[in-house]
Amino acid sequence: MLPNDPREPERFELREGPLYTFEVDRRDFFLTLGAGLLVTVYATEAGAQTVAARLHLGDDGITTVFSGKVEEGQGARTEIAMAAAEELGVPLSKVRVQLADTDRTPNDGLTAGSRTTPGTIPAVRQAAAAARKALRQPSEWTILGKPQWHLTAREIATGEHKYPSDVTREGMLYGAVLRPPAYGATLESIDLDPANKLDFVTAVRDGDFAGCAARTSYAARKALETLTASARWKTTPQSSTPTLFEDLRAKAKQRVEPLAGKTHAAEFRTAYVQHAPMEPRAAVAEWSAGKLTVWTGTSNPFSVRDSLAQAFHLSTSQVRVIVPDFGGGFGGKHTGEAALEAARLAKAAGKPVKVRWTRAEEFMWAYFRPAALIDASARLNAQGIIESWQFINYNSGTAALQTPYRIPTRQEQYIPCDAPLRQGSYRALASTANNFAREAFMDELAAAAGQDPLDFRLAHLHHPRIRAVLTAATERFGWARRRKEKRAPNHGIGLACGTEKNSVVAACVEVEVDPKTGAPRLLEIVEAFECGVLLNPANTRSQVEGCILMGLGAALREQIEFENGRLKNGRFSAYKVTRLRDVPPKLDVILLDGTEEPSAGAGETPILAVAPAMANAIFDATAKRVRALPLRAV
Amino acid sequence: MPTFRFTVNGQARTVDTEPDRPLLEVLREDLQLTGTKYGCGEGQCRACTVLLDGRPIASCVTPIRTAQGGKIVTIEGLASGAALHPVQQAFIDEGAMQCGYCTAGMVLRTAALLEQRPKPTDAEILEALDGSLCRCCGYPRILAAVHRAAVQSPAARKEASSATK
Ligand code: FES
Ligand code: FES
Repeated sequence: MLPNDPREPERFELREGPLYTFEVDRRDFFLTLGAGLLVTVYATEAGAQTVAARLHLGDDGITTVFSGKVEEGQGARTEIAMAAAEELGVPLSKVRVQLADTDRTPNDGLTAGSRTTPGTIPAVRQAAAAARKALRQPSEWTILGKPQWHLTAREIATGEHKYPSDVTREGMLYGAVLRPPAYGATLESIDLDPANKLDFVTAVRDGDFAGCAARTSYAARKALETLTASARWKTTPQSSTPTLFEDLRAKAKQRVEPLAGKTHAAEFRTAYVQHAPMEPRAAVAEWSAGKLTVWTGTSNPFSVRDSLAQAFHLSTSQVRVIVPDFGGGFGGKHTGEAALEAARLAKAAGKPVKVRWTRAEEFMWAYFRPAALIDASARLNAQGIIESWQFINYNSGTAALQTPYRIPTRQEQYIPCDAPLRQGSYRALASTANNFAREAFMDELAAAAGQDPLDFRLAHLHHPRIRAVLTAATERFGWARRRKEKRAPNHGIGLACGTEKNSVVAACVEVEVDPKTGAPRLLEIVEAFECGVLLNPANTRSQVEGCILMGLGAALREQIEFENGRLKNGRFSAYKVTRLRDVPPKLDVILLDGTEEPSAGAGETPILAVAPAMANAIFDATAKRVRALPLRAV
Repeated sequence: MPTFRFTVNGQARTVDTEPDRPLLEVLREDLQLTGTKYGCGEGQCRACTVLLDGRPIASCVTPIRTAQGGKIVTIEGLASGAALHPVQQAFIDEGAMQCGYCTAGMVLRTAALLEQRPKPTDAEILEALDGSLCRCCGYPRILAAVHRAAVQSPAARKEASSATK
């Protein structure tokens, strides 16, 4: 459904055909074509935008900044306001930010891949600076570079802010969508009559889509029960968790010759995980005079507009997508499922319709972070230096696939597989898997070379920025001293580092391992992070903390289980995300201000270090190597 | 359909509806109070927290019949006029929100906790808030906000506490 954004060629994106092919209005479509009215409006590239498209000075003395980016908690809105205020030389209170409205804002592409800071912020600054004819240097900044919490904090704290699931329209109905019992199931037949006989209920089937709309969510659920009762499905055999990694290997699209000679080798596995943002997918759709307007939570407003236009045989100028600041995405909301569903129901009902996915739907039908199978092998020379390196990622992607360590001979490859689940982006993409495997394997090689994990890394590391964060984290943690001290029983320390999206991270941790279950608990983490010139240190710190703790959830427990195409743990009671009790007693974040480097995003890379550092600490505690996420010493 | 009477944020309300409809949906759909959020519908995330007779509850698993005659406070009713509740102010001052979708539930749980325990221990905070999920994992800032609210002058809180009753 969503093509890759050409501006982000490195991205590993969910690729799939249209989610729904609707029959509705197909005739109208041809008529439109016949009349020659099909207008295709594609937004201009960010670089070609004029000042007028970005900035508007109102009569009230307030400048509105326009950006097609979205706010999902990462701080884009505040950062954009700060950048504009800085360059315009006005206080923050004189700037308003209009985000993501396909009729009103420029197309800034997908909000992902930490691209807002290095891409959109310079565009906003340049537009604002063009209005004043001078770009300010960081040393002159009075707003950027200073800590600033979200500008919308008050609306959030009082419940006034309207998230996509809160949008309400006159006469609006609530929708419910019939879901297949398992992946790969197709709808053979259904009886809509019992639902349509209920008061104020509209039920519709269109191809594989079936759903209903009613005056309350409660009534919609009741109507949906009648659809569920009569639906007949055709199912096909689907895969199950216990054979996942064997299946991936079997379905790999290529074979690789192993390294020759005497090597160290290990296989690493990371589970499928779900983003599970607190706000599930939601959309309100309204048709009026042939034009479709949809309010929805997506990181990809223009692409969702295009898929709506395609699904309903409209021109893109007949579709408007508005994205209110929404309740979390983490790479998991690049698509527009709820938008399509709400629009189809609204079309049938002749009224605006809201579709808000249930948590169970969000677990099962949103796409997943891909599981990864990684083969790592290496050969050490007599001095304990790595001379050749082979690193093959099956199924999960290319992000941070390449080692930052200096190794003369390397083979690094991503091999796609026929994936059993619908999979796509995640916070930091495949680098969560690649960095986990690489950093855990580096520790194995350090042990094989008889060296301290820090010394072994430094011997291979010429990247000055990674060396700087590694030094900062290990000094604060007291690595050298604590390595020599005796650890309490079942306690261990470990470290890991990494780089991605032009930012660098290193962490030292102490864990305690439960001797019965092999489950670790994080007692302490010191993480150092550097992402160039800091635009908003307060927000960066929040993002780093959030990344560490989200990464902790995947390290401790998160793991989607499925059996023959059905989820077994698609509930918060069974799929346990990070909660308050998991927060380590000591959590220390060091932000290095990389004044020599351009500003990079901070919402992804800080997630990379926690899991491998913990795996290495588990080895230190138990002498057992842990090669899978979630982590268990077994 | 049966009639239910209760107060919401000090206002008397009457709703004719099915007795097993979740309070959350009545608040959001019938009374247009969308500050209370749906996160899971199974009592596992507490995004939907409201105060019922001063006690924090998960409104997604509370049928409306349980609220009959009760006093409900939602996030919209916590501030008194322009003056925010000290817990709301503490969440703003500590930047204790990323996407903010969990904030209403966190703020109400914290307000209820401080009502009971003006100086909560770390264990009491954990007990009160461990079931409240923040998927942005803003827990360190949330904890800072709870501590900030807890050290505020009891007088300021006393004034605000009328709102939670
Ligand atoms: S929505 Fe009520 S506990 Fe999650
Ligand atoms: S701030 Fe996003 S869920 Fe808590």
